Amino acid sequence: MDPELLRDDDPDIALLTVLRDDGSADPATDPGMSSETLLRGYREMRRLRLLDARMILLQRQGRVGFYGAAHGQEAVPIATGLAVRPDDWVFPALREQSVMLVRGFPLTTFIAQVFGNAGDVLKGRQMPSHQSGRAVHQVSWSSCIGPQLPHAVGAAWAMRAKKTGAVAVAFSGDGATSQGDFHAAMNFAGVWRAPCVIVCQNNHWSISVPTSKQTASRTIAVKARAYGIPGVRVDGNDLLAVYGVLRDALDRARRGAGPTFVEAVTYRMGAHSTSDDPTRYRAQAEVDAWAKKDPLDRLRRHLVHLGLITDASDAALDRELTAEIAAAVDEVEKLPAPERESLLADVYAEPTWNLREQLGELRRAGPAPTHG
Amino acid sequence: MNGAPAVKVTYREAVRAAMREAMQRDARVFLMGEDVGRYGGTYACSLGLLDEFGPERVRDTPLSEGAFVGVGIGAAIGGMRPIVEIMTVNFSLLALDQILNNAATLRHMSGGQVGVPLVLRMATGAGRQVAAQHSHSLENYYAHIPGLKVLAPATVEDARGMLWTALLDPDPVILFEHATLYGTEGELAEDAGAVPIDRAAVRRAGRDVTVVGYGGTVAKALEAARMLAERGIDAEVIDLRTLRPLDDETLVASVRKTRRAVLVDEGWKTGSLAGEICARLVERAFYDLDAPIARVCTEEVPIPYPKHLEDAALPQPGRIVEAVLATVGGRG
Repeated sequence: MDPELLRDDDPDIALLTVLRDDGSADPATDPGMSSETLLRGYREMRRLRLLDARMILLQRQGRVGFYGAAHGQEAVPIATGLAVRPDDWVFPALREQSVMLVRGFPLTTFIAQVFGNAGDVLKGRQMPSHQSGRAVHQVSWSSCIGPQLPHAVGAAWAMRAKKTGAVAVAFSGDGATSQGDFHAAMNFAGVWRAPCVIVCQNNHWSISVPTSKQTASRTIAVKARAYGIPGVRVDGNDLLAVYGVLRDALDRARRGAGPTFVEAVTYRMGAHSTSDDPTRYRAQAEVDAWAKKDPLDRLRRHLVHLGLITDASDAALDRELTAEIAAAVDEVEKLPAPERESLLADVYAEPTWNLREQLGELRRAGPAPTHG
Repeated sequence: MNGAPAVKVTYREAVRAAMREAMQRDARVFLMGEDVGRYGGTYACSLGLLDEFGPERVRDTPLSEGAFVGVGIGAAIGGMRPIVEIMTVNFSLLALDQILNNAATLRHMSGGQVGVPLVLRMATGAGRQVAAQHSHSLENYYAHIPGLKVLAPATVEDARGMLWTALLDPDPVILFEHATLYGTEGELAEDAGAVPIDRAAVRRAGRDVTVVGYGGTVAKALEAARMLAERGIDAEVIDLRTLRPLDDETLVASVRKTRRAVLVDEGWKTGSLAGEICARLVERAFYDLDAPIARVCTEEVPIPYPKHLEDAALPQPGRIVEAVLATVGGRG
């Protein structure tokens, strides 16, 4: 993709798109991804769609407590996973956990986080859909919306100071752009020229509040102008467009040219989380209109157009991924709960005297009676 | 100590020496905050460090406590050892989400994968006629939070040595520097180094009553002890030094000896650290006590501007003496 496309000439109206309705790619914006990378991206998006459906089912069956799906927004995290370097830091919001799957984090361990059991590297201490992993340089997002954005600026600064060439990518939703942390992080990134990319997935809804009630600005991308950094508005349901923008923004950060802000325009097809019922506050017609722009369908049409997949290969892929997820869930669900005494570990690297004392009390008390 | 000569230094100079040493010793250490660069910090702690270490390591930040504490957390996660200066404890409330929900929580929440070796320094306390929004003592807010270590250096030795130890710690550490201490002087060996950050210190040994203080109240407690000595009462003065975790052992040992305790705290009495210490002494040394535990805290008002009213609001040696006299009243 032409680096010129990262210029914020007219973020009020421009929406960078690659995939056209007929399945072809716009040659002016096509990032030139290899067939292998395209197929990899398709596979990951498809797996994420199936995984989300399976996890929601498990929640409805009472087998896990909570889940936040990425349905309709798969292109952004998957494109990010394809575009980053292994040593880049990722600071996700609620719908970007799957970046780590693209970077090689095991599916079973990812699912174990939703169960919060002994297979979870977080030892069951975070609520579901808050996956993170040191091995893939992905830090937990904050349930208070926005604090991960300054973290990303700080991690980017650390990478710059250590001259590793790594950079940081942070995510937020459209609601987070109302938070002080969003503005402070954008400002900080601009002033310090931190090597980072800040991505806002504008999915049009912050739980029940539409974007029009978050901001009077015509776009979110334009906010970057006030902080002296480029703001790009990209079609967030277009894997190729997001990949191209992210790749160029990451390169830009890596070569010391400073941060980039990306507004990825997308839509939350499902509920905010399993605790939410969106039919109470939004019209089905709106959801139906966005269903026609489904990111997975659009990528599928492109791959058919390129002759990379067929209906038969697609059906086989579906069967394979469904079986992979089913096997992973079976494996994870058999794992025991975290050890009771693990409760008091990891508050500090070395437990302080009062935690050692509390561990003694926990041991003496024995397990609490179980209810229900 | 290897016998290097002791020299007279101010608390401010000790803080500065500690930061200078840290940056000389460890390339990962950098200082950031408001006005820490050319201005040298609002309490002049970093004066000269910009010239010595350059703008990559002594970094003025945009005026946003939430952001620069958050950036410090990110830099710590990324392998640096940031020292973040917050101008006063009152302003730290703007960063409370980052401190509580993130710095203090990430190690546990990540299953031990992600530590936050962040050092926060901030001025605290009253006594300089800067009114309510620059003068509070909110150490107890932070001492309440698991995942943090909270320190209150009251001497030049601790001002220099605690920062060193804090930077070696793999977890977030907050240093509260009482603003009236910056200009105070003390003797310090030229090669003074790291000090432990898990023990209280007995600053004056005594038999009759234990007076507990920290930060800015230690000197007031010692002054009260001097006044009490003139009346034949021998007070033991304990400097808490570490507010989380509290050193119960030293406190209980002292009270078992003196059988009386007066707790001095510049925080407000309700929900105070003094209240926490009182509870611990009751839990662990109830049958050793010969008198009710007394507390000398700040009056429960926002700190006022006029000097005579500010003085009246704060714990003073005279009030400590009165509390001790009431406590030892029934003595022998």
